Amino acid sequence: MRHVISLLIENESGALSRVSGLFSARGYNIESLTVAPTEDASLSRMTIVTTGSDDIIEQINKQLNKLVEVVKVVDISESAHIERELLLIKVRATGKDREEMKRMADIFRGRIIDATDTSYVIEMTGNQQKLDSFVAAIDRSLILETVRSGVVGVGRGERVLKV
Amino acid sequence: MVLTGAEIVVRCLQEEKVEYVFGYPGGAVLFLYDELFKQDQVRHVLVRHEQAAVHAADGYARCTDRVGVALVTSGPGATNAVTGIATAYCDSIPLVIISGQVPTAAIGQDAFQEVDTVGITRPCVKHNYLVKDVRDIASTIRKAFYLAASGRPGPVLVDIPKDVCVQKCEFEYPREITMRSYNPVVKGHLGQIRKALQLLLEAERPMIYTGGGVILSDAAEKLTKLARLLGFPVTSTLMGLGGYPASDRQFVGMLGMHGTYEANMGMHYSDVLLAVGARFDDRVIGDPAHFGQEPRKIIHIDIDPSSISKRVKVDVPIVGNVADVLDELIRQVESGSARPKQEALDTWWKQIDEWRRRECLKYKNSDEIIKPQYVVEKLWEVTGGDAFVTSDVGQHQMWAAQYYKFEKPRRWLNSGGLGTMGVGLPYAMGAQLAHPGSPVACITGEASIQMCIQELSTCKQFRLPIKIVNLNNRYLGMVRQWQELFHGGRYSESYMDSLPDFAKLAEAYGHVGIRVDAPSDVEGALQEAFKRKNELVFLDFQVDQTENVYPMVQGGKGLTEMILSAEDL
Ligand SMILES: Cc1cc2nc3c(=O)[nH]c(=O)nc-3n(C[C@H](O)[C@H](O)[C@H](O)COP(=O)(O)OP(=O)(O)OC[C@H]3O[C@@H](n4cnc5c(N)ncnc54)[C@H](O)[C@@H]3O)c2cc1C
Ligand SMILES: Cc1ncc(C[n+]2csc(CCOP(=O)(O)OP(=O)(O)O)c2C)c(N)n1
Ligand SMILES: [Mg+2]
Repeated sequence: MRHVISLLIENESGALSRVSGLFSARGYNIESLTVAPTEDASLSRMTIVTTGSDDIIEQINKQLNKLVEVVKVVDISESAHIERELLLIKVRATGKDREEMKRMADIFRGRIIDATDTSYVIEMTGNQQKLDSFVAAIDRSLILETVRSGVVGVGRGERVLKV
Repeated sequence: MVLTGAEIVVRCLQEEKVEYVFGYPGGAVLFLYDELFKQDQVRHVLVRHEQAAVHAADGYARCTDRVGVALVTSGPGATNAVTGIATAYCDSIPLVIISGQVPTAAIGQDAFQEVDTVGITRPCVKHNYLVKDVRDIASTIRKAFYLAASGRPGPVLVDIPKDVCVQKCEFEYPREITMRSYNPVVKGHLGQIRKALQLLLEAERPMIYTGGGVILSDAAEKLTKLARLLGFPVTSTLMGLGGYPASDRQFVGMLGMHGTYEANMGMHYSDVLLAVGARFDDRVIGDPAHFGQEPRKIIHIDIDPSSISKRVKVDVPIVGNVADVLDELIRQVESGSARPKQEALDTWWKQIDEWRRRECLKYKNSDEIIKPQYVVEKLWEVTGGDAFVTSDVGQHQMWAAQYYKFEKPRRWLNSGGLGTMGVGLPYAMGAQLAHPGSPVACITGEASIQMCIQELSTCKQFRLPIKIVNLNNRYLGMVRQWQELFHGGRYSESYMDSLPDFAKLAEAYGHVGIRVDAPSDVEGALQEAFKRKNELVFLDFQVDQTENVYPMVQGGKGLTEMILSAEDL
């Protein structure tokens, strides 16, 4: 099962390697991991997308909590939540492809944020499936470069991850 | 008061009332050594190899309720310490390791004796720090001691660059420590404890399964009290020995791979299992799929939530400190009127006594050749069962665990989790320094002892009258046993040729060495050794080369499938 785990960790050097080291040492999967400081500069927030049986996810939660610098861990995928990922994709945009690419970007609510005579950079946010479908929908041979941020997420409503 | 970084480090150690620092100097820690030199409150023990510094600090911690401290230089000093750190980590032993580091400006430049110590040790410490600012030293060391000893204990490493040792700042030792990210649960959840008690009182075939957590929590008396109140059988892991008096009728012996028949059968057929500070290790329960029979309820007390339901699903988890939770259980038993089901218990005990009658630890003694088990039995007699006993890793370790009956906690020091050959002598050094007047014996093998043999020199310098009991079978015995049983008797590289004359070797280091060949000389030699109160005596017992450790549960098998002796093969 796919899970999205959010955590707050002291913003110390080496914090990221403690988390990533834990996953590799114990053989847990990481699909994506994002990290950035929060409005409280002493804390970083990480979002980890992982897969595993219930037992493994339970251990992942416990092991993360056990890291001395981890302040809080929640599995936000356990209830209603929102996930977003950012995609930047550079595509070939010449001739008739140019118009088609713009149309596709519009359909998926992407924005062209850089354009040259021959290329576009399209920015798009959404959940993983949406970005996957966009990438699948455009002509593969036109893709020059893609970069994705990894998933970030937040619980819906009153559920808040904060110290 | 304005002090240098090095002065602050030593002041912090004094504030923590550190008695001994085990260490080895080098370039990156010269300033620290200079400060140690100028004072005499914290005593430094100069080992002969950094691995032994950490082991000795670890041994010191195991037989006291204190944090062990080691000090090593950067680069090779730190890498030599890694085995010691990992050993302590695997058995949850509280240590603070201070390592020197190259100056901050040189970090990352492939400087002389630079390694990423924090990176190398990260997976085998509870936590570690690189201190880049002199103003952080005091608070970091304070946190290191706090982290090492609280919650599930473990080693904490503090890496200090050389230039930070000479920077100055105002020194004040922080009294209180609060960490928003670290708050171990100590008291167990009352509702869970109530649930546990209910299960215990309904049990027909209960078993109390205890482990290293009982020792680490200093809860032996409480465990004994609760077990006696309930009248339940008690078994222990290798790490929990001494947590319940071995001579007590309710004690059924160690369980697991080389555990007793009655302990393993009792564990398997129990209907309610109370696990106390034990972590269902693979050497204890074997394959989880074959472990126990349904229906069965498991209660698990552990301070580390990640130990609970890790290998075996638990019905009533109780996160908390063993001593606190046992206190509450005792309180609830005593204040309530309900008592265990006596009739069912009587039947259960009859069954256990029947298993006991197999006398699984019986061995064939000999007049011609020394049996290793016999040496341990005699050691137990000669020391009145009251010595601090360390061991290395191998067959001799298992015989020590099986035949030395530990009555008290913190008397048995060995490497269970990592199984590190070479710990025996340094552990004995830590134990002897912590308990200067007490007998300390190191039960070892001719292979293990050679992994830290250089420490005989340290023992001379610090006048440590350790008694080394070498069960010399001229084999990597435990390896040979597996090769005999599972690899068609092909003894690949498990025979060690060209062994030194250990008695002479001990003499070369300035100690007493005695070689013993005949069974009739065993007891006399042990007595002679312990009579020499101020000398280290190296007893080199030439034991049966082909003796195996039984009972034995093979890897992947269930606890009921024990090989009890060679006849079972
Ligand atoms: C050659 C060899 C053979 C071995 N054979 C056997 C064998 O036959 N039988 C056997 O038992 N072992 C054997 N071992 C040892 C085995 O590998 C494990 O090290 C051992 O079984 C673990 O013991 P434990 O479960 O008590 O856990 P420990 O490693 O002692 O862990 C202690 C547990 O208690 C918890 N804890 C710590 N402090 C507290 C506290 N204050 N309050 C609450 N909980 C706390 C910890 O979180 C942890 O879960 C062998 C080792 C070797 C090298
Ligand atoms: C550092 C290290 N290397 C290898 C091993 C694997 N090993 C376990 S027991 C053993 C043999 C130990 O021989 P000895 O000390 O003579 O003890 P015996 O089993 O003969 O009693 C070996 C090599 C280990 N546990 N530790
Ligand atoms: Mg041997």
